[in-house]
Amino acid sequence: MNHLLSIEELDRTEIERIVAQAARFAEVSDRDIKKVPALRGRMVLNLFYEASTRTRSSFELAAKRLSADVVNFAASGSSVEKGESLKDTVLTLSAHKPDAIVLRTPWAGAAELVSRWCSAAIVNAGDGKHEHPTQALLDVYTLLKRLPGGIDGASIWIVGDMAHSRVARSNIIAFQRMGAKVTVAGPPTLIPRGIEALGCEVRYTLDELPKADVVYALRMQHERMSESFLPSLREYAVWYQINGRRLGPRQVLMHPGPVNRGVELSGEVVDSPQAVITAQVEAGVVVRMAVLYELLAGTREPGSGPAHPAHPGRPDRPDRPGQPDRPENVKQLA
Amino acid sequence: MDSPNEKVVLQAEDVRRVLVRVAHEIVERNPAPPAPVLIGIHRRGAFLARRLRAQLEELLDAEVLLGDLDIGFYRDDLQRRPDAPIVHASHIDFDVTGRTVVIVDDVLFTGRTVRAAIEALFDYGRPARVQLAVLADRGHRELPIRPDYVGKNLPTARDEHVHVRVEELDGTDEVSIAPAAVETPA
Repeated sequence: MNHLLSIEELDRTEIERIVAQAARFAEVSDRDIKKVPALRGRMVLNLFYEASTRTRSSFELAAKRLSADVVNFAASGSSVEKGESLKDTVLTLSAHKPDAIVLRTPWAGAAELVSRWCSAAIVNAGDGKHEHPTQALLDVYTLLKRLPGGIDGASIWIVGDMAHSRVARSNIIAFQRMGAKVTVAGPPTLIPRGIEALGCEVRYTLDELPKADVVYALRMQHERMSESFLPSLREYAVWYQINGRRLGPRQVLMHPGPVNRGVELSGEVVDSPQAVITAQVEAGVVVRMAVLYELLAGTREPGSGPAHPAHPGRPDRPDRPGQPDRPENVKQLA
Repeated sequence: MDSPNEKVVLQAEDVRRVLVRVAHEIVERNPAPPAPVLIGIHRRGAFLARRLRAQLEELLDAEVLLGDLDIGFYRDDLQRRPDAPIVHASHIDFDVTGRTVVIVDDVLFTGRTVRAAIEALFDYGRPARVQLAVLADRGHRELPIRPDYVGKNLPTARDEHVHVRVEELDGTDEVSIAPAAVETPA
């Protein structure tokens, strides 16, 4: 693996390998000295064009547990505000010779573009509405620990705002690759037409929610909504909020955080024993350790630069569902 | 895995006898309680450590603490290998600070694994002393490291391969030497 750009490009074996590796790394966090020298001398650059606390800090912690050096670069308060383009920023920062760049941007496809511009390993930490692969990996990790029967054959409902969610897309793909049956549910205005192409079922009510083994609530992303998709958050809550009445005692409740209490989740379910939300946060560090370890331990051919087709080493795969449409701003970026 | 040119130097019965002797030597060198703790290096060292513990507990009539250690994170060749090695979880569920720790491994060769193991061990605490027990010492050290307990000294050529097999993983207990052409099992 040279980059982690999307879940789309990982098959089940690769997902399982990363998650199994993460499980072995968990022990490091229990030690007296919570640090191992595996990535000593390697540099990880966190390049964040969007606000993020937990993703950035868990990448930082993961890199530090492995003894890598970490440089954080936030777009606000930097030359980006003076109008520097993504490409120029990446090329400038490449002068510091980072071994990996953890990239979060509001632009779908940006991580893949950046992977062609520099020789560092690129980890996509969220690119617009496209993908957030490490979130999907940590959710698979959390579920494997929580579900006694494994993910194979489990019924997973993803509820909420699919239209603005990269987590939804990555998780639909990851859960299905792991053998789950995925259903997405939410108001019609927040479910993109054609999402069935990813292989999931679509529901516009929560009537069948009791059938689910796992309920994955998405955050209402008001900051991403430029138009009004809903009459009000209150109305959304009436129809789609996961609360004590809707959540069964045997179901597992997940949420990528941060939670809007009283909107997509009621306060009582956030604190219920069914919720694994804090386990997801814990999993974030070990899974990101496994990803950084996989990308950075071992020799990388330096300067391999643009020698990177759209999906390295896997030109065609029969089981791949329809390619998600990439918004036009990718072209503008190029 | 068995090559026709492989020469068995220790059979199952020899391995058993050697471990009994090493256990006696450990007791002799560490007569005062508390009993030393054993830490086996993944993967075959961990199985040998478990057997040594059974011997020691019998000799001392006391509980002997046992842990295992994976040195993957501490290798000095991490940045030179083509792929990141698989790391196994380590299990050291007790405090090593102030204890006598016996590191157990199957083969002592360059000494680099032992160096990594010592470094890893110190991330768990500060042992009073660290000793080294190996089933086979094949020479060719690249670091100033010397074993305290040796099952068998095996004079080898640098490019020969020493295979240690243990019942738990390989179905049989034996130590053999194979000529250079044979691939080392992972």
